[in-house]
Amino acid sequence: MKKTIKSADGSEGRSSRRVSSFTGIYALFRKEMADQLRSRRFLIMLILVGATSIASLYGAVTTLLEAESTSDYMFLELYTSSGNSIPSFMSFIALLGPIVGLTLGFDAINSERQSNTLNRLVAQPIYRDSIIIGKFLAGTAVIAIVIYSMGVLLGAVGVITTGLKPDGEEVMRIFCFLTFTVIYIAFWLALSILFSVVCRHSATSALMSIAVWIFFSIFMSLLATIIASAVYPIDTYYGQMFNQVNYYTLKLNLNRISPYYLYSEAVATIMDPSVRSVNVETTSQLVGAISGYLSFGQSLLLVWPHLVGLAAEMLVAFGCSYVGFMRQEIRTN
Amino acid sequence: MAKNSAMEKAQTDKKNARGSVPDVIKMDHLTKRYGKKIAVNDLSLSIHRGEVFGLLGPNGAGKTTTILMLLGLTEPSAGQATIEGMNCARNPLEVKSIVGYLPDNAGFYGDMTGRQNLRFTGWLNGLEGQELEDRIETLMKRVDIDYAGDQKVGTYSKGMRQRLGVADVLMKDPEIIIMDEPTLGIDPEGMRKLLILIRELAEEDGRTVLISSHQLHQVQQICDRVGIFIEGNLIVSGTLSELEEHIRKEGSYLLELTVQPLDDQLLGMLYQQDGVRKIEKEGDKFMITSKKDIRPKLTQFLGEHGYTMLHLHQRGGDLDEIYRVYFEKAGQTDERSSYEKNNKKRRWLRGKKQQTR
Repeated sequence: MKKTIKSADGSEGRSSRRVSSFTGIYALFRKEMADQLRSRRFLIMLILVGATSIASLYGAVTTLLEAESTSDYMFLELYTSSGNSIPSFMSFIALLGPIVGLTLGFDAINSERQSNTLNRLVAQPIYRDSIIIGKFLAGTAVIAIVIYSMGVLLGAVGVITTGLKPDGEEVMRIFCFLTFTVIYIAFWLALSILFSVVCRHSATSALMSIAVWIFFSIFMSLLATIIASAVYPIDTYYGQMFNQVNYYTLKLNLNRISPYYLYSEAVATIMDPSVRSVNVETTSQLVGAISGYLSFGQSLLLVWPHLVGLAAEMLVAFGCSYVGFMRQEIRTN
Repeated sequence: MAKNSAMEKAQTDKKNARGSVPDVIKMDHLTKRYGKKIAVNDLSLSIHRGEVFGLLGPNGAGKTTTILMLLGLTEPSAGQATIEGMNCARNPLEVKSIVGYLPDNAGFYGDMTGRQNLRFTGWLNGLEGQELEDRIETLMKRVDIDYAGDQKVGTYSKGMRQRLGVADVLMKDPEIIIMDEPTLGIDPEGMRKLLILIRELAEEDGRTVLISSHQLHQVQQICDRVGIFIEGNLIVSGTLSELEEHIRKEGSYLLELTVQPLDDQLLGMLYQQDGVRKIEKEGDKFMITSKKDIRPKLTQFLGEHGYTMLHLHQRGGDLDEIYRVYFEKAGQTDERSSYEKNNKKRRWLRGKKQQTR
C-alpha cells in the first residue's frame, strides 16, 4: 500500500493512491468491533449470558454434590448436568445462543441504510463486499470472545468451587464444545444479517429472525414428526413392523435440518464420552458391545458431519446475505 | 465583472500550470433506465479541471442517478463515463480514491464523535497514525467544527453535520468533489459559509467540484458553468453569460414594475409598446414579458405623465430566469405527459378500489 504525505489543504504531492481490499475489511472490522463492544445491547447480552451461566453452574454443582457419582468425566458434568429446575449450561447456550447472534446482526445493513451512512460508505475506495464481510467477521469475533471467555470462566469457577481438576481430554472436549457453539451462533448472526439486507426496517428484520429462531427451536420437531408419520405410518401393528426404522431415521434427519437440533446433538455427544452412536440402532447391533467410553477422537468423528453441516448452514446464510447485498441498489430511498 | 475575469485568469493559469487534459470528467451518451422509466437520457457532458460545475434541475431529474453512475455505484444502461481517463463502471475503486462524494442528507454514526467519524473515513482510505490525526485536526479547523470535535454527532445541528460532511469528503484529499444538494436545509448564514468554502476548494486547492442542486440562487453565486437537467435530459449547459445570451437571442425579457397610481391608461400604454407579449399582475407588481428592452420608452412615458415609479427591475441574467425559461420550454410537453400518467394511475387505482368493493 502506497501512501503519500500530503497537506490536507494543499494540492501539492497529490497522487493516485492504491488501497488494497484488505484495508476496507480491516477498517470495518475495527469499527464494528468497537461499536459492538461499546454498545449497550452487548452489555445487556453479556450480563444475561453471564447470569444464566452462573445459575446453571450452581445447579450443576448442587446436583454433583447430591449424586456422589463416580463418573470418570466429572468435570464435563459441570457443563452438562442440570440442577433442580435449572437447565444445564449446554442447553442454556443452545436456547439463548441464537439471541446473542441475532442481537449482534439484526440491524447490520438496514441501520446503515436508514441513517444514510451506507451511501457515504460505498463512496469510499473499498470493495462493496468488504462492508458485509467486515461486519460478519466483527460479529463472529465478538461471539468468539463472549463464548470462549464464558466457557473458561465457568471452568475456573468450577475448579474453585468443586476442587475438580480437568485432564487434557476434558479440556479438548470443552474447547471443541465452545468452537461448536461459536459456529452455531455465527449461523444465527449470518441469518440476521441476511434479514437486515432483505428488510428495510430493523424492527422487521429483528422480528423475522426471532420467528425463525422460534420455529427451529420449537416447531421444527413437531413438523418433523408430522412429516415422518405421514410418509411412514406407524399407527398399525404392521406399519410399526415395517416402518419403524425408516420412521425414526426420517424424523431424525428432518430434525437435523434445524441448527438447534444439530448443535444440541453434536455437543451432547462431544461432552458425554459414553454416547456411542447418534443414529437409530437395533438391538442386534448392540449385542456383544462392551460398555465403555469413547476416546475424544472417536467422539469427534461421530459428530464431524454435524460440524460440517453447521458450518455449511452458516456459510449458506452468509452467502445469501452477501449475494443479496451485492445485487442491491444503493439508492432505495 | 472585473472580479470574474480575474478569477477566470487565475483559473487558466492553474490549468496551464497543471498542463494536463482539461476535461476531468467526461460523460459520453450516458443513459440509465429503470425498467421503462428513463432516469438519464443520452447525457454527454465534460467538466473541466478546477471549475465548479452546477448540475441544476428539479427533484427527480436524474441528477443523483448521474452522480451514482460517475462513482460506479450504478451501472449505466448505455454509454460510459470516465474520470481522469478511467472508466467509472470498470475501475470504481481507482475512481473512488480520487473522487470525494457528499451524498444528499449525508449521514454519520450518531453515537460516535465527529472526530471518530472522520477517523473511520481515514481508515477506509488507508490513512493511519499521526498523518491521520493531523489531517483530522486541519480539516476540523478548516470547516470550523473543531470546537465540537469530541461531541457525539447525534447532537450536531444540520449545518454542523453538513460541514462535517465537507471535512469527511476532504479526508481522502480528493481531486474531484461531487456534492449532492449540499445546501439543502441549512440556514442562510451556514449556507453562505458553505458556499465560500466550496468556492475555496476550487480556487485555492484547485479541485474540480460538481454540485447538484435545485436551489438556483445559491448555486449561481459559485458556479463557473451550469447544466440544466430536466426529466433526464440535459437541456443546456454553459457559463451563466452564455445561457443569458442564449435567452436574449430568443427574445425573452421580463420586467418587474411597480408604479403609483396603477390605472388603465398605463396598461393601455404598456400594451401598445412593440414586442410586449404578456403582462401579468403579481401583487402590486406588473410582470411584463417582452421581446426587447422597453425600459427607455417606459421611463420616459412615466415621467411625462406624472407616475411615480416605485420599483423597476429587469430580470434575466440571473439563473432563476434562465431556469424558468428553459424549464417552461422543456416542461410544457413533460407536464402534460406526467399529468396524463398521474391520471392513468388514478384511474387504475380507482378501478382497483371498485374491484375490491
